[in-house]
Amino acid sequence: MARAVTQNRKIINTAAAWTVGLLIFFPILWTILTSFKTEATAIADPPVFLAFDWTLENYSVVLERSNYMRFLWNSVIIAGGSTILGIIIAVPAAWSMAFVPGKRTKDILLWMLSTKMLPAVGVLYPIYLIFIKMGLLDSRTGLVIVLMLMNLPIIVWMLYTYFREIPGEILEAARMDGAGLKEEILYVLTPMAIPGIASTLLLNFILAWNEAFWTLNLTAAKAAPLTAFIASYSSPEGLFYAKLSAASTMAIAPILILGWFSQKQLVSGLTFGAVK
Amino acid sequence: MSLRNSICAATALAMATATSAFAETTITIATVNNGDMIRMQGLADEFTASHPDIKLEWVTLEENVLRQRVTQDIAAKGGQFDVMTIGTYEVPIWGAQDWLVSLNDLPAAWDADDILPAIRDGLTVEGELYAAPFYGESSMVMYRKDLMEKAGLEMPEAPTWDQIKDAAAAMTDKDNEVYGICLRGKAGWGENMALLTAMGNSFGARTFDESWTAQYDSEEWATTVNFYVDLLNGYGPPGASTNGFNENLSLFQQGKCGMWIDATVAASFVTNPKDSTVADQVGFALAPDNGLGKRGNWLWAWSLAIPAGSDATEEAKEFITWATSKEYTALVASKEGWANVPPGTRSSLYQNTEYAKVPFAAMTLNSINAADPTDPAVEPVPYTGVQFVAIPEWAGIGTQVGQEISAALAGQQSVEEALEKAQALTTDEMEAAGY
Repeated sequence: MARAVTQNRKIINTAAAWTVGLLIFFPILWTILTSFKTEATAIADPPVFLAFDWTLENYSVVLERSNYMRFLWNSVIIAGGSTILGIIIAVPAAWSMAFVPGKRTKDILLWMLSTKMLPAVGVLYPIYLIFIKMGLLDSRTGLVIVLMLMNLPIIVWMLYTYFREIPGEILEAARMDGAGLKEEILYVLTPMAIPGIASTLLLNFILAWNEAFWTLNLTAAKAAPLTAFIASYSSPEGLFYAKLSAASTMAIAPILILGWFSQKQLVSGLTFGAVK
Repeated sequence: MSLRNSICAATALAMATATSAFAETTITIATVNNGDMIRMQGLADEFTASHPDIKLEWVTLEENVLRQRVTQDIAAKGGQFDVMTIGTYEVPIWGAQDWLVSLNDLPAAWDADDILPAIRDGLTVEGELYAAPFYGESSMVMYRKDLMEKAGLEMPEAPTWDQIKDAAAAMTDKDNEVYGICLRGKAGWGENMALLTAMGNSFGARTFDESWTAQYDSEEWATTVNFYVDLLNGYGPPGASTNGFNENLSLFQQGKCGMWIDATVAASFVTNPKDSTVADQVGFALAPDNGLGKRGNWLWAWSLAIPAGSDATEEAKEFITWATSKEYTALVASKEGWANVPPGTRSSLYQNTEYAKVPFAAMTLNSINAADPTDPAVEPVPYTGVQFVAIPEWAGIGTQVGQEISAALAGQQSVEEALEKAQALTTDEMEAAGY
């Protein structure tokens, strides 16, 4: 009897997980399907799911009109650069907080997180003016710095959580064997925290890839990433939903593929230390 | 000078000459994703072929994002853009602030006198033309000829609001999802408030009196908004309070609207058989009136302007001259047909016999001519703008008032409550702004 209940619960859980998964995935699927429709079919009522004449015209129009590769390259540089720079800064910070905590460590951690509660638009104008003075407007360097600063609290928090799971005795043993601070972090701590660092890297890469406020406000033509590419197909006067969907599909495709191949690492990293 | 020195000097001179001959100036153009703008981008190779020393970089953004970006850049003197696409709302405000470069010195061949007076006046501040119109638009009635015929009615060329209401009632067939009237209901100063402010003009309403006192508590505004809400709730599509231009365009193209009063630029979409199921059944009429001397149509021109912070002013002027010239119009006509020519800016276009064959050409011109941004309302007003008030505070006021009226349309509050709140918030905003 107990076994039957477990079996039933399993079925219910699986069905619930699939339902939630499909609900979350449906808008993405709809965007992808719409990208293969004509503009007329895209707005058809009742909506057409699969039985339509598939066309690649929207992709050809988007590729002809926009320099997709330039937007893609900018996204890779900005998301990758900000994430790596963030990790380089956050690893020593998280190490000190996890293994050599001071009286104010918890306060500092909370303060760092509180900066995420400030609406970005509140500091837009000061940052815009600083960027003008420093010649950083419409530059990838500027965006790497801003996105790194934006994601740094999350990176530090995540790494701090992972580092706390590593027994301090191991690091102590390394120190007793003559390891300096650099060796301790690089050769002892980092390899042990690889799943956590990998998931932090991935999550922050995704966050930086999808970031649309700063990337739209601080770029023009040269450093504009894929978020600006999508925005260029949105129109209040004209139905270009199929083309917008094609642009969106092209923008999310790289991150979807990356997420698909690294889902194991993402899940293991995010659940790291969750079950004791 | 030795031979060696002479050769060195000659080489240096040749290199300097060559460098200057091939010096390339890049101009960054911020624009919106509208059909005419995208067409211009596609034809820009013609410009660069004749101007090899100028390189064009395009930044295409959604209208509201673009407005925010260029406002921010121009106010902070960021200098990110050399040419920007702005509308008749921004030009008088920015021109007065000296944020834009005057275009009074464009070449004589550009023919400033050919620009339609209503459009030119909207882009001129104290005698200085601050933007060159790329395309102009007004609003008009687009209606289904077949449904009108079925209802036994005939649409006058210049209908009244009562005639529109009667036609909407006669065409509505909710069982078959055909709604007599589609209008903007989505909140926003450029959405429902564009329609309502222009509509209010034809009902004798005005946003402010001569001393800048808000007028939403007037009898005329109550009549306007009650008529609008009754019309849409009686004969409009479900969920009208969330419909903007695109939603109504979609409904009309699918044959679900008997009439749609909106931008003249929609005419080319609804008559395009590739996208519209009713392309051959669309008729056009002037925006309605109430016999008070003002029609309910607006006036807008997407225009090209140069921000004062640009370091490539001359090159930007060359581009603007090309993009808004008669020659550009001819180029579009030769490549894509007369129906796709940017409308509503030049008198000469409407004298062209080929363009006269375009079904919506005459009605677009008549609609534009029927709007006067310097004298929009029945009673005198202290502002310019037909469907907006050309003051910096309007974007905020218009959007908030639009939200109140949208809520009234959705049945969340009465029209009286909406207008009461509109009056209070407008008064507060204007007092805070020092009026």
